[in-house]
Amino acid sequence: MPPPAKKRGRLFIWHKHMELSFYLIQALNGVQYGFLLFLVASGLTLVFGVMGIINLAHGSFYMIGAYLAYWLSAMTGNLFIAVLLGLPLSIAVGFAVERFCISFLYARDHLEQVLLTYGLILIFNEGQRILWGNDVYGVAIPNWLSGSITLTDTQSYPVYRLFISFACIAVAVGLYFLIHKTRLGMTIRAGASNREMAQALGIDINNLFAAVFALGAGLAAFSGMIAAPVEAVYPGIGENILVVSLVIVVIGGIGSIRGAFAGAMMIGLADAFGKTLAPDYASFIVYGVMAAVLVWRPQGIFGGSPQ
Amino acid sequence: MGKSGNSGTSRRRFIAGAAATTGLAAAATALPTRFAIGAKAPIKVGIMLPFTGTYAKLGENITDAMMMRIAAAGDMLGGRPVEYIKLDSEAAPPKAVDNATKLVKGRNVDFVVGPVHSGVAMAMTKVMKKAPKTIMVVPNAGANQLTREACAPNIFRTSFSNWQTSYPIGGELHRRGHKKIVTLTWNYAAGKQMAEAVSEGFANAGGDPSGIENLWIDFPSVSFQPLLTKIAAIKPDAVWVFFSGGGAVKFVKDYAAAIDKKQIPLYGTGFLTEGTTKAQGEAAEGIITTMHWADTLDFPTNKTFMADFETATGRQADVFGVQGYDTGSLLLLAMAAVGGDTGATSDIIKSMENTIVAGPRGGWTMSANHNPIQDIYLRRVENGRNVILGLAHAQLEDPGTGCTL
Repeated sequence: MPPPAKKRGRLFIWHKHMELSFYLIQALNGVQYGFLLFLVASGLTLVFGVMGIINLAHGSFYMIGAYLAYWLSAMTGNLFIAVLLGLPLSIAVGFAVERFCISFLYARDHLEQVLLTYGLILIFNEGQRILWGNDVYGVAIPNWLSGSITLTDTQSYPVYRLFISFACIAVAVGLYFLIHKTRLGMTIRAGASNREMAQALGIDINNLFAAVFALGAGLAAFSGMIAAPVEAVYPGIGENILVVSLVIVVIGGIGSIRGAFAGAMMIGLADAFGKTLAPDYASFIVYGVMAAVLVWRPQGIFGGSPQ
Repeated sequence: MGKSGNSGTSRRRFIAGAAATTGLAAAATALPTRFAIGAKAPIKVGIMLPFTGTYAKLGENITDAMMMRIAAAGDMLGGRPVEYIKLDSEAAPPKAVDNATKLVKGRNVDFVVGPVHSGVAMAMTKVMKKAPKTIMVVPNAGANQLTREACAPNIFRTSFSNWQTSYPIGGELHRRGHKKIVTLTWNYAAGKQMAEAVSEGFANAGGDPSGIENLWIDFPSVSFQPLLTKIAAIKPDAVWVFFSGGGAVKFVKDYAAAIDKKQIPLYGTGFLTEGTTKAQGEAAEGIITTMHWADTLDFPTNKTFMADFETATGRQADVFGVQGYDTGSLLLLAMAAVGGDTGATSDIIKSMENTIVAGPRGGWTMSANHNPIQDIYLRRVENGRNVILGLAHAQLEDPGTGCTL
């Protein structure tokens, strides 16, 4: 006997039997995911805003971070040592990529940048295949973070997820201070709002660009590293996050860190509620949010006012 | 986006292959194959599998196991050498028709082995139906339609139908006394077909299918947390899921961190714990799944296969390797039956239909609709291995609804 047809295809499923706690935990899920997305998108928007470079290889740095976390924590037995070793390594890779590839393209148009950074994706993916193979790897959560907090009688919340949020907040605050309170930050802001004027005032654009690109790569790699224990480490991990990050950057306004934060939170929450309240449209929701924002503000939420 | 480009046949291999054959044989390949046998023109086996991206490991293992099987038989099919033509399917359905045409028309292959992805498979059938002399052997893609509505004389499958992998666990869930069940898979064809098969098995065993709630997550999203919150709020007796690869690792870890498995046990299609238990670690313990193979199967053929595969590739054998290995066996048996005559298409098809394969998964036969009739095992993860609890269903045959072969 065939199973009765399930009621599907409605735009929204309002759960009468769901308690308030369901919506609160869902909001927590969304915010937690949003923090991680912000960390990745902030690097992308920074590189675009300051340097005018569309870096499609941004997801590759996330991938490199994830694989380094797996590889180094397997060797050292500790995720934090892996992060300490891996972060300078990935920043160095970012620096090298800027010096030897990106720096030749500043005078060229976006299409050529897209072509180059897409090529870099292929090279990084092949490198990943050669170095680590096509297996799926797991990364152990450090013991003192491996517990769970009981939320309801059936659900608990892993401590490590909360830790990710705190790490992201710490980096976001650090980024804020870097950009608003330091000399480097001042030059970054200057470079983002008017590159020619900044150059005319004697700012060394070459060094600035190298630093910004390495910083962006470092942010992506760091996200990949701390996300590795809850994500699995697998081929193609970087591409998935790249697409969402691009959407966030567009929503928030290209070049705006504040916009990236707003965009990441919107996408995080839209993902969490979309998946459960409108499951049939979940894959569309991220783009739906983007379309809606672009109709309202074509330059993005914080576009045109670089922060 | 961002799947990489063509790994393709290496031009070098093609030239080397062409140089190896004599001028006579090279001339003979232009003639119908039936006349070329004496000159030992190679049999062309096109391999259309993903060699980059998320499914790269599946493509690699299928290819290596198949080549290993054929190499062990002297690297000959029916007395003729084999030329492999590899093409990266990229697991991309939009590129499937072009890629399959490249092999079938462009390279004039005798067999197409592939693909992994069901969407690619369905697109390929359009090409295969226009090329009745070329035989397609599907070493993974489980779309039910492939051997149901879309079946064709020249399309065979050595793996499974999605229905086969999941129908038996429906009955098992009922027998274990679960009444309120949540299913969760990616919102794509394979996931839907498997979830439907679970409901069907559950209902046929006497369960009330209204107790089953189907949840979906957009493919290929792996942010499972919102769905886990929903499952915890529904409070079912059991959860059944289908994910594979990276998604399987992540889901199992997320589930263990969010929900007490002793309170709400986790069931799945075998792919959930296939080649992933090492990465899943402690979180995978106790998960019960159904599948047509297990690494703990105690047959000599299985043990030899696993040891040989590891020696040859340095990797652990998995179910995809098994499917590739049996694909190799099927090609060997069929070509031996016709003495290497690739022109004798109807005889090849007949011998493939009557083949009995004794492979690593045990004995299986080809059903009338060209899908394996095979044992489905019930397995539980213990210490990182899929330990066999028993047969979930003996010699299960896909109903083949809508196929008129």
